[in-house]
Amino acid sequence: METIVNSRIKQVLKGDQNAYGEIVELYKDKIFQLCFRMLGNRHEAEDVAQEAFIRAYVNIQGFNQNKKFSSWIYRIATNLCIDRIRKKKPDYFLDAEVPGTEGLNMYSQISSDHPLPEEKLVSLELQETVQREIANLPEKYRTVIVLKYIEELSLNEISEILDLPLGTVKTRMHRGREFLRKQLESI
Amino acid sequence: MSCSEKYIAFMHDYLDEDITEKKEQELREHLQTCAACKQHFDELKKTIAFVQSTSHVKAPVDFTANVIANLPKEKRKVEISRWFKQHPLFSAASLFLILMAGSLFSSWSQNEQFSYSKQPNLEVENDTVIVPEGEVVKGDLVVRNGKIQIEGEVQGDVTVINGEKYLAGAGKVTGEISEVDALFEWIWYHIKTTTKDVLNLSEDDQ
Repeated sequence: METIVNSRIKQVLKGDQNAYGEIVELYKDKIFQLCFRMLGNRHEAEDVAQEAFIRAYVNIQGFNQNKKFSSWIYRIATNLCIDRIRKKKPDYFLDAEVPGTEGLNMYSQISSDHPLPEEKLVSLELQETVQREIANLPEKYRTVIVLKYIEELSLNEISEILDLPLGTVKTRMHRGREFLRKQLESI
Repeated sequence: MSCSEKYIAFMHDYLDEDITEKKEQELREHLQTCAACKQHFDELKKTIAFVQSTSHVKAPVDFTANVIANLPKEKRKVEISRWFKQHPLFSAASLFLILMAGSLFSSWSQNEQFSYSKQPNLEVENDTVIVPEGEVVKGDLVVRNGKIQIEGEVQGDVTVINGEKYLAGAGKVTGEISEVDALFEWIWYHIKTTTKDVLNLSEDDQ
């Protein structure tokens, strides 16, 4: 995969936007997922994920081809998510009622792409709780937890993406897990 | 609770898959005897399972198209070269046209010198070709970058390229007289003669 990406990047460096489209196709779901879990809503996630890909394109000259493109795009996306979280403390909460509706909260605004099988519907409520608790994590813990358990990256990759020493990543991971454990203890 | 600090650190090392065998063994033994730590460990594992179980979301369908639409304008050069790659026939045709045009223009600019068809009984004064009075020129006459003055008779066509013609009262031309001035006319003339030559060739073949 990295070889395909590298050859596409060479085309992109010559200014070919179609080649970049192929790169976006490869990583869009991962990056969108990361943004969604970090920001907690689809609209913002789409916005930030797009911004991440545009930034990567504009700064493609600065990308070191000896490194993994995935780490690079994850890093851009993570930083943009953190910026977004810091800039804009949420002015609404997911379980707040949508004005003008009865009993409709923001969760009902989040539609899932795949219809869930019957047995999974039971755990939908649980998933919402988990998503809410992830969204409540302080952002530095949220980042490592999402990268590790949702994006399934190794601690070394996470340390590279966040440009943090491995020890720091571990500490944050431990605290993040403990934080979530306390929140989800009652379930 | 004094035992937990140490073992909780072990638990996290275990979850990070970064624990020595010795510590892991110690943790296992401890968990069998300490209910509080066992519960803590189970809760941590449950938490991770919950996080991992969240349904995977996918990017919207038009995501890539939106990204591409919002990129800064691509270099025109690349756009053109890709277009040509997708239309090979057109590339061949345009290459042909370019070469044709090139040869045409170069033959135009090469011919800036005064020249005329070699025919007997023509007189030349500076850049003027004279068909003297009483003389009869048999065949076509072409003059480039010069003037022609016809006082006698030409049995054929007269063509003046980039020049002027004077037809004296007594002068006589049996064929067509034409003047070619502008580049466009030159091209037209070129095409006409080429076609004529080709036709003549095919007629000769028959």
